[in-house]
Order: sequence, then C-alpha cells, then structure tokens
Amino acid sequence: MAWFHKSKEIAAKPESPKKEDIWIQCPSCKAHIYKDEWEKNLKVCDRCCFHERLTWKERVDVLLDEGSFVELNAKVSWNDPLKFSDSKGPYAEKAVENCEKTGMKESVATGAGKINGIKVAIAIMDFRFMGGSLASGTGEKILQTAMYAVKHKLPYIILSASGGARMHEGIISLMQMPKTCAALAQLREANLPYISIMTDPTTGGVSASFAMVGDIHIAEPRSLIGFAGRRVIEETIKQKLPEDFQTAEYLVDHGFVDMIVHRKDMKDMLSKILKYAGCR
Amino acid sequence: MSLDFEKDVAEIESRIEEFKAKNPEPTGTLVKELNRLEMERAGKLKEIYASLTPWQTVQVARHPERPLIRDFIGGLCSEFIELHGDRLFGDDQGMIGGFATIDNHRVMLIGHQKGKDLDEKIKCNFGQACPEGYRKALRLMKLAEKFHIPVVTFIDTPGAFPGRDAEERGQAEAIARNLLEMAALKTPVIAVVTGEGGSGGAIGIGVGDIVLMLSNAVYSVISPEGCASILWRDGTKAAEAANALKITAKSLLQLKIIDEIIPEPVGGAHRDFATTMKTTKKVLLKHLSSLEKVSSRKLTSRRFEKFAAMGRFK
Ligand SMILES: [Zn+2]
Repeated sequence: MAWFHKSKEIAAKPESPKKEDIWIQCPSCKAHIYKDEWEKNLKVCDRCCFHERLTWKERVDVLLDEGSFVELNAKVSWNDPLKFSDSKGPYAEKAVENCEKTGMKESVATGAGKINGIKVAIAIMDFRFMGGSLASGTGEKILQTAMYAVKHKLPYIILSASGGARMHEGIISLMQMPKTCAALAQLREANLPYISIMTDPTTGGVSASFAMVGDIHIAEPRSLIGFAGRRVIEETIKQKLPEDFQTAEYLVDHGFVDMIVHRKDMKDMLSKILKYAGCR
Repeated sequence: MSLDFEKDVAEIESRIEEFKAKNPEPTGTLVKELNRLEMERAGKLKEIYASLTPWQTVQVARHPERPLIRDFIGGLCSEFIELHGDRLFGDDQGMIGGFATIDNHRVMLIGHQKGKDLDEKIKCNFGQACPEGYRKALRLMKLAEKFHIPVVTFIDTPGAFPGRDAEERGQAEAIARNLLEMAALKTPVIAVVTGEGGSGGAIGIGVGDIVLMLSNAVYSVISPEGCASILWRDGTKAAEAANALKITAKSLLQLKIIDEIIPEPVGGAHRDFATTMKTTKKVLLKHLSSLEKVSSRKLTSRRFEKFAAMGRFK
C-alpha cells in the first residue's frame, strides 16, 4: 500500500508534479500504474492485460523496424459525396475537426516497412479519426496498399480498429466493404499472404469485410470483435449476453481467430508467421 | 393497406366502393361518373408517387404487400429447383436459392426471403439471414461458377440477423467471405435490389457485374431509424436521416452505385405484380444476354474495376 500513500502525499503538495503526470489509472481494473512503466509496457496494464488503443504512429513504433516505415497514399483524404449533415451540423466540419485532432486525413495510415527485416505492406487504422470508421478514403487507401503489395510481391498486414462503416458517407461507405475485399481477392490471386490483426474494437462493416478474410487472424487480448452491437443484439433476442461475448477470447473459442497475441510479442509472432509464408 | 401519405387515394377508393355498392350495374351517366372517379384515383396516385420523399419510399419498399422473392420466382421463372443448406450447419429460410429458368436462360437464383404470413416471417427471421444463409448463398454461387451459369440475386432485407447465435457462428466472417468470393467469381452476377437493401446483409449477396434496383426500393449503409438514433440521438428523426443518407434508386444511380432502375408501375410494385414482373424480366433478360457473351476473365477484371472506382474521388 506504500505506493498509494505516496501518491496521496504527492497530490497534497502543490509544487510537486500533478498526480496524472506520474500515475496512470488502468481504465479496466482501475489499478494505479507508473506512467513510465505504462509507456514501457506499450500501454498495456500488467495487472489485467488491458490493451489501450494506440495511435497509428505508436503502432508503427511497436511493430516495424526503426526507420523502416515509408508512408503511402498520404494524400488520399476523407470525402463528402453526399454533402451530409446531421443534427450536430455538416459532416465536413466534423471531418476537418478530426483531421486537426489527429493530424490524419482519414481513419487509416498506409505504407511499407520492415518487420524484423521482412518487407511488408501495411495498413493501420486509428480509432481517434471518427471512431476508425470505414469510408471512401479508408477503402481507397486499403485498396491502393493491396495493389502496392501485389506489384511488389509483399505480404499485407492490416490492423483494424473500427466501429464500422461511416454513416456520413452513406452507401459509399458500405461499398468500401466489397471494394476492400475485391482488392484482397487480387492479393489472393497473386498468392501473397494477408494477416489481419484485430484490435479493440473491430466491429460492423470492418469485421464483415477485410478484417475477417485474412489467411491468419490475430487479435490483441480482450479486444471487442463482432458484427452487430451488443445493445442491438440484446434488444433483438430479449436476453442478456454473457460477459465475454464478442471478446477476442470468445472469437478464438468459436473458431474465428487463430490466436491472441500480447502487444509486446506481436512483432516477433508476425515475423515467425511470415517466414512460414515464405517471406524474407 | 394504404400508407399514411396515400390518404387522398384511399379516400377516393372508398368513394368508388361506396358508388359501386349503390350502383351494382351502372349505366349511362353513372358509368361516366365511375370512370371519372377511377381517373381521379389514378391521377392522385400518379401525383403522389411522382414525388415520394426518401422516407415515403422506405414505406413503399417495406410495404407488407410488396412482391417478395417467391413472387419474383413465380412471375419470372418457368422452372425453379430449390436447393437447400450450407453443408455446414443448416438451411436458413431467410436466404433461399436454386436453379431457375428465365426464358431461355438457366441461372442460379438466390435471395432473401422475408415471408408472407407471421409463421413464415418468423421462420425467415423477417428476411434477416444468418451466417448459414450467406454460406448457402456462397455454396450456390460456387456451384453456378462450376456449371458456368449466371448468378441472379434478389436483395430484400432489413439487415443480417443481429442475434447471439449468428455472432457465434460468424456473421461477420460469412458476409466478408461472400464479398471476397463474389469479387472473384468466374461467372456473371446480376444483383437486383427489390425492396430493402439493408447494409451488410444486402451487400453480402450484392457484388454484381450489374446492380439493378426497383424504382421504389432503397439501399443504405444503415436503416434511417438506426442512423437517426445515433447521429440525431432521436429515432423519430428517421425521415431526416433518410434524406441525408441518399438511399433512393435515383440517388444511387447518380452516385454510380447501381447501373439501372427498373421502373415500377404507378402506385408501387405492390399494386400491380404482373407489370412489375414483366418489366423486371425484360431488364434482366437484356443484361443476362449481354453478360453471357463476356469472358470470365474480363468479367472479373471489370467487376474489380467497378467496385474499386466506388468512392474514388480526385
Ligand atoms: Zn488493468
């Protein structure tokens, strides 16, 4: 308990750094963790294994060899084909806000890089950009990166983090599901490996398209993965769902995910699998 | 059953009924009067249907008397041999399919089944297919590929079934798999949105070389009610959401999501099955004839380019 009392002491002294600068509270188990330790642990709680969502740049740092990442399709941005507006105002305004907040132009960053020396094409979704939603720019970037993989004979890795299709681009968002899958069909035709990594959350139109057609499905521990929302299902079947429903572990049990891999082991696991796929 | 925006028509109709009851065998001026009433009814119906709002179109697309897949099979095909099961789990009644003959074309016909009466609706989950439905559809599509016959799909679903069992059996995977396999299918695919094109549940059988839509059908990433409750935080704002989402055949043709609109008779498909079938058949035959001439190699590369171009903006 010593560390707890210490934190109180620190908080009591106004000249000391603020409590939040030193401690992180795990959003899941509420344990207090040293911020340094949290960062060193790649934002994973070492008590309950909660994996915090990462930005795409943090993912690059965790997965790719230092300095190996080259961004592709950086100019592809969000679009407003429907001139959509809801009760909170125009989609265009919301999208601009999200761009400013994240420094991104769409919910995915794409490029090429190396994993323990193996060159890969990679797409990394970022939940901060409109909940990682799938829209025209997202689909286009994922498709272009698949075509890049085909052209350069590279394995393709997609990290999903998404609430599903973006309503603001209506049917155009829905069509990114067949569009991305059509691109992955080209990859399959070229006999190139595709590894889908599902992170928290991978739901709706993303789970029902590119995320679920990998040669290998890997999930981060405890990620939410599923098609329909929990509330919708509970309303439909008029039953409470089990606690572990739609977790990564639940998907392994039901045969839809190959393995759950801790963030710190992800890079090495990817390079091991890629070697079985003949990549070097 | 008349819809709330059809009140004026219903009113004229009740006047016609009343008139007929009073004059079982009208002659002379009475015939003229009856004709005048009929004309008035037709004019009013035409006027209303010429300017349906997107939300009103949703009501027509969901009309309880709207033709369903069994009606299309009966109205278009001289033969239908139903095939059952996904060979993995079961036989989903929410998605049916089989060999069908339309004029001189042998095709694999697949589509959502909503069901007519309550018993049937329950068996079909109200047209919300389960993973085994999508997997049955895929099995039949692969069979069509093997036998070199075109696939024709009929889309009419509120969405894929959001149930616990459906999740456990991989609803997401089943739809995703279909999207990938349909993109690569080496046989022609024509998709027809006949009623509700509900999101992932619709596109799960919707990757067509040609995508057609009945004029009062809708096709959307989310139901207007669902969109309203999330983005408007008010489920009653569905009409506004329906507007914003651009879900009508006309909008989707402009957005290049569909290739052609199949015009419905005045007052909607539910008022005149025969004409609906005749028009649908004509449009289908035209596309079947032209697609059957294209090599499978060219088909798949064109299909890829078609979907790759969706949402590509310069
Ligand atoms: Zn924790």
